[in-house]
Amino acid sequence: MMRVSPTRSKVLSLAPHLALWACLIAQPPARAESPAPEETGLKIALEARERGEGFGNFTASQAMVLRNKQGRESRRQLRLKVLEVEGDGNKSLFVFDEPRDVKETALLIHAHRESADEQWLYLPALKRVKRISSANRSGSFMGSEFAYEDMGSQEVERFSYRYLRDEPCGDLTCTVSERVPVDERSGYRRQLVWRDRNELRVWKVEYYDRKDAHLKTLTFGSYEKHLDRYWYAGEMTMVNHLTGKSTVLSWTDFQFRTDFDERDFTQTGLRRVR
Amino acid sequence: MPLSFARRRVVSGSIWILAAVFSIRAEAEIVNRDFSGRFSAESRWFPETGAFPGQRSLASGFVAEPKLYLEDAAGRSFTLAPFFRYDHSDPRRTHFDLREAYLLLLGDIGDDQWELRLGVDRVFWGVTESQHLVDIVNQIDFVEHPGGEAKLGQPMVHLTWSGDWGVAEIFGLPYHRARTFSGLHGRLRLPLVIDNERVEYESAAEEWHFDFASRYSHSFGPLDLGVSLFDGTSREPFLLPGSDAGGMPAFTQYYAQIRQFGLDAQMTVGSWLFKLEAIQRSGARNLLGLEQDYAATVFGGEYTFYSVFGSAADVTLLGEWNYDGRGRNATPNRSPNTLENDLFSGTRLAFNDVQSTEITAGFLSDLGRATRALALEFDRRITGQWSMHLEAVSLLSVDKDDLHYAMRDDSFIELNLVYNF
Repeated sequence: MMRVSPTRSKVLSLAPHLALWACLIAQPPARAESPAPEETGLKIALEARERGEGFGNFTASQAMVLRNKQGRESRRQLRLKVLEVEGDGNKSLFVFDEPRDVKETALLIHAHRESADEQWLYLPALKRVKRISSANRSGSFMGSEFAYEDMGSQEVERFSYRYLRDEPCGDLTCTVSERVPVDERSGYRRQLVWRDRNELRVWKVEYYDRKDAHLKTLTFGSYEKHLDRYWYAGEMTMVNHLTGKSTVLSWTDFQFRTDFDERDFTQTGLRRVR
Repeated sequence: MPLSFARRRVVSGSIWILAAVFSIRAEAEIVNRDFSGRFSAESRWFPETGAFPGQRSLASGFVAEPKLYLEDAAGRSFTLAPFFRYDHSDPRRTHFDLREAYLLLLGDIGDDQWELRLGVDRVFWGVTESQHLVDIVNQIDFVEHPGGEAKLGQPMVHLTWSGDWGVAEIFGLPYHRARTFSGLHGRLRLPLVIDNERVEYESAAEEWHFDFASRYSHSFGPLDLGVSLFDGTSREPFLLPGSDAGGMPAFTQYYAQIRQFGLDAQMTVGSWLFKLEAIQRSGARNLLGLEQDYAATVFGGEYTFYSVFGSAADVTLLGEWNYDGRGRNATPNRSPNTLENDLFSGTRLAFNDVQSTEITAGFLSDLGRATRALALEFDRRITGQWSMHLEAVSLLSVDKDDLHYAMRDDSFIELNLVYNF
């Protein structure tokens, strides 16, 4: 008569976006003087991070449409709050609205640059707050084409970098860098990242699996400038080249520097979500 | 009758208090209004003939759980969540409960925060899976599910104070809810029906004894720790044999005054979760009806293999050991099982697909007696609003000395079809 309580999967699998925002943040170019490509690559990543700093906090809504090879669609809807933490990873709170069976389920993440992230899941049926493992890196979310690590905080320290080349991307000129995940649990051998030279916005990421096959491509669009300084993408499309499935993530209702504080990013705050 | 009258009195009383408090704030503009919930159709089938004459083999019915949420611009909110279950085979299982009806206020004190919840609410404490040992604020809604996770709403004043140093909570609990039990023709019942009309209390104040609870919790890096205290009317009844008003043999529920110290801890390291719960309880009656102070614990852990065999699925293995210092005189706490020396092992398979398909299996084995139980669950979303839950609980064997020997033929299969809105 014992029960195994539900766990992360139901929601986490839904949590497709943990911190995609982290990679939406776009920033300015590195004037590569020293030609060591590793140094240039790191410089671009660091400068991009620096340009993204100082936003304080924001809230936004996310809609995700999962599409399989036959074109059948499935929808997810959630809200998130992000609080910038100086000198460390950000704190984020995700609240699920759809599908309705996981409504009010919430996920709290304290991301860290040097140590493992801390994650708590709120299960509304039992009103239970559960600390969960952050070890899952390569797992996919609910059949979505985003893996945990794609969503998770894209901290600079989690990769090593190499600048490859500049090339035209649309009307812009992009730098192309390769980044290699430090974590051996990553599902990727490497990623290629396209950023425009002027604003350092990410326009495309190519993911290569452990066998170095081109697995997925993520493209960014509908960039908007917030607080006169921060570029955030409004749409992200992940296409899986092996399965033909895709996931489109749309961001709306961005609000920056709103009147919430650290108390929403605690376990007490987690129990309060709606 | 006096009991159900009192229950109605406290329920309607708390609604009126809340309505009054909220109407004072009526000028405050509601900025967030949400109506959600779920309807569920359920069928529970017992393949074996019951141990007692007249017990039904099929229990069908439905559940309605709507939920209303109102929030004003200052972040104050009111939550109302009634619950209704209809069961065609056991009138005792047909029941209404106010799961939640509370006003939530919050604010800052310097760098710290406070939160006050006034009304009826549910509270969960603990970390383990095979039983919820430290969890004590709410009474169990046993007719809902024998697993002990369905709980009755509890009237309370709940004050939380939190800061960088952790979270401190105090609970004032002005009214006691008696546990729900199956009726004569229901399954999962004891040899005698429990007389719901007569509940006895150690305290002269009976169900109006003011109970007190408190908890401190904090996260220290990978360690999440909670210590708790409960002082008041036990949530676990001692069953006195006797007779009901009609002269039929029946059990009377007796609730003692107890004090419980609780500890819950979880270490989260890589793919491992290590868990511990422990209590020290005084004032409670043991199986023989004698007062006996005791300690009990449950500890163990779980490990998850992510993306197994190159798929999206995760596999989690769980193991926990349950111990009760009273040994053979132990009583069941939050489940029908007497967990005095019981090993739990389980596995959870999460497919991480579009439908969030999940399968769990749990096996509970009494190391000192012949009791063994197996539980299987299957969960899957059907569409954006419909989901299903299939569950099988198999009592492979029940020792004659176990209190729930009367339930030995009550293995069941249950199917739920849920509409979420």
